[in-house]
Amino acid sequence: MRVALFATCVTDTFYPDTARAVVRLLARLGCTVEFPLDQTCCGQMHFNTGYPDPAAELAARYAEIFAGYDAVVAPSGSCAGMVREIHPGLLESVDRPASGVPTYELTEFLVDVLGRTDVGAYFPHHVTYHPTCHSLRMLGVGDRPLALLRAVRGLKLTELGEAESCCGFGGTFAVKNADTSLAMLTDKMTAVLDTGAEILTAGDNSCLMHIGGGLSRLRAGTRALHIAEILASTEEEPWRATR
Amino acid sequence: MARNPVTWLGTPAFPRAAAAALADPQLRANLRNATHTIRGKRARVVAELDDWERLRVAGAAIKDDVLADLGGYLRQLEAAVVERGGVVHWATDAAEANRIVLELVRAKGADEVVKVKSMATAEIGLNEALAEGGVRAVETDLAELIVQLGHDRPSHILVPAIHRNRAEIREIFRREMPDAPADLADEPVALAEAARRHLRRKFLSAKVAISGANFAVADTGTIVVLESEGNGRMCLTLPETLITVMGIEKLVPRWSDLEVFLQLLPRSSTAERMNPYTSAWTGVTPGDGPREFHLVLLDNGRTATLADEVGRQALRCIRCSACLNVCPVYERTGGQAYGSVYPGPIGAILAPQLAGDPHDPQVASLPYASSLCGACYEVCPVRINIPEVLTHLRAEVVHAKGKRTPEAIGMAALAWILREPYRYEAAQKAGSLARFLARDGKISRLPGPGAKWTAGRDAPVPPAESFRAWWKRTHA
Repeated sequence: MRVALFATCVTDTFYPDTARAVVRLLARLGCTVEFPLDQTCCGQMHFNTGYPDPAAELAARYAEIFAGYDAVVAPSGSCAGMVREIHPGLLESVDRPASGVPTYELTEFLVDVLGRTDVGAYFPHHVTYHPTCHSLRMLGVGDRPLALLRAVRGLKLTELGEAESCCGFGGTFAVKNADTSLAMLTDKMTAVLDTGAEILTAGDNSCLMHIGGGLSRLRAGTRALHIAEILASTEEEPWRATR
Repeated sequence: MARNPVTWLGTPAFPRAAAAALADPQLRANLRNATHTIRGKRARVVAELDDWERLRVAGAAIKDDVLADLGGYLRQLEAAVVERGGVVHWATDAAEANRIVLELVRAKGADEVVKVKSMATAEIGLNEALAEGGVRAVETDLAELIVQLGHDRPSHILVPAIHRNRAEIREIFRREMPDAPADLADEPVALAEAARRHLRRKFLSAKVAISGANFAVADTGTIVVLESEGNGRMCLTLPETLITVMGIEKLVPRWSDLEVFLQLLPRSSTAERMNPYTSAWTGVTPGDGPREFHLVLLDNGRTATLADEVGRQALRCIRCSACLNVCPVYERTGGQAYGSVYPGPIGAILAPQLAGDPHDPQVASLPYASSLCGACYEVCPVRINIPEVLTHLRAEVVHAKGKRTPEAIGMAALAWILREPYRYEAAQKAGSLARFLARDGKISRLPGPGAKWTAGRDAPVPPAESFRAWWKRTHA
């Protein structure tokens, strides 16, 4: 099976540890992952902010770059949602072909394609999980991430209150409506801190950048970490905070 | 053409209006309590029906059928209403609808009318227009009465006084309701009783009533109003003349279609299996109810909305307000920040389309008043894909603003970078220099547009090496 990693621009640029974790995790599960170097961005920010034309160009690039693989894996519910839900219409609008290659969010790929909920991970920390909106509502990942986390040795999982409420990131919403975004963030952080967890995890680094940035500003002592890094962590090679 | 009053003149753009609302602790607490309570109740009553998803699909399909031949169904409705003794009027815009209603009221020699809660009449500013013409309109829905007596604006489609607490309501009643008891308590029962006594006199003396419509059945000419308090039933039966103002999209083709909507609407709006009062009337019935019935069919931007292939799904809306109750933005800002009688997610797509002016900065701000979390789409009983329409309307706003705005220039530059991997890589390398802004592993202050980010959150410290740089070094 030829699996391509779509790192996403946010993870590639700001969170290389997450993408490295995906590579390590999938290799451990017997997949050889390729990283097509022509990839850049799925166009979500352009599309969601009202710029469908450049988004359509980026969608067309995406379809070309990932053509020929058996599957694409992205460590992001919202980018995978963009590709699956929005790209088809955009490609049609510019009369460009779809690649026909399925794009999976990481936890979907692990559970549905590889058939694994126990990925042999070890992570001796107290964790809470935020289901990001697009993974929840666009993709419908359901409890796959929780099933994966529950199988991680050493991990203590505390359920997040009001988990399905948006954290307030919303791409450019976070700056265009900064006050409302922060009000939503405050409630999300309150719920996170109520769990007493050391680590807040999710399947989207963009949302984690927002919630984690708020927690950091408050010196809350809880840090945000992508679920890939938890699942990649093992007894032999445990996760260590790098930054 | 006159300005469409669907958005309120003088309201600041959403971000500013929201900032003011966010700072109001009473508002925040009321909204939190109200939205969370109704959310839970709705989820429970919806879960009772194992065919809920099929009902949603049916609701959307029936409405789409209406929209596909709106002209035909409207003519069918008109013929049925006329045949049963009603009079049908057509109004292109708010001003025309208001003029028609005022003339009808004047012809009856009335200087006061009683009103059933109605979004269409609120949309067109009918009360204000009647007041200018010397006619006092009395809202008889309790929450609408509170808003009216408080010289206030509504903040929710279903519960327009959601932003008021009982102490405030008592003050409003004491100040504005001449027949309120001097020792009025702030207990809900006492407040409701004061309103009941006040309104009872109005019902008995009014010659003309004005209503909206939840549904109009094209093949029978029947108009249907759903309500909880019974005030509507009073208005619809006691006065001699009834005037109904109805948006042209409120149609269903057949009487039997109501089976779907009378399940969808109460469960979605008040989280009830069935609403307490459902009134249905067809033209006039001698010796029973109003002797004269006028139906004003209101366009006010709907035909233009219908012409938009993506945006037209907003015309399926049955005004249940389920989307408001689950919206994380609405929950925090309340309805007045949207500057329209239609707030929340549906307002953010309906008000701009009805207003039809993406150059108006307040109107242009509405499609951006959402994090696109999708909670609204999930609960919408007629499956309006609100996030889809929001991004569609954002594109219209961007188009209207042109290519010279700082945002458009920035977006074009970013697209130019993202089109070529080598440019993207160069930008990553340049951007990673921002790591030198970090103090103690944090970036707490960014310049330019980034300042809005760092106002409340630290920014990620860019790594010395991007993932692709690492991959190239280790794999390529």
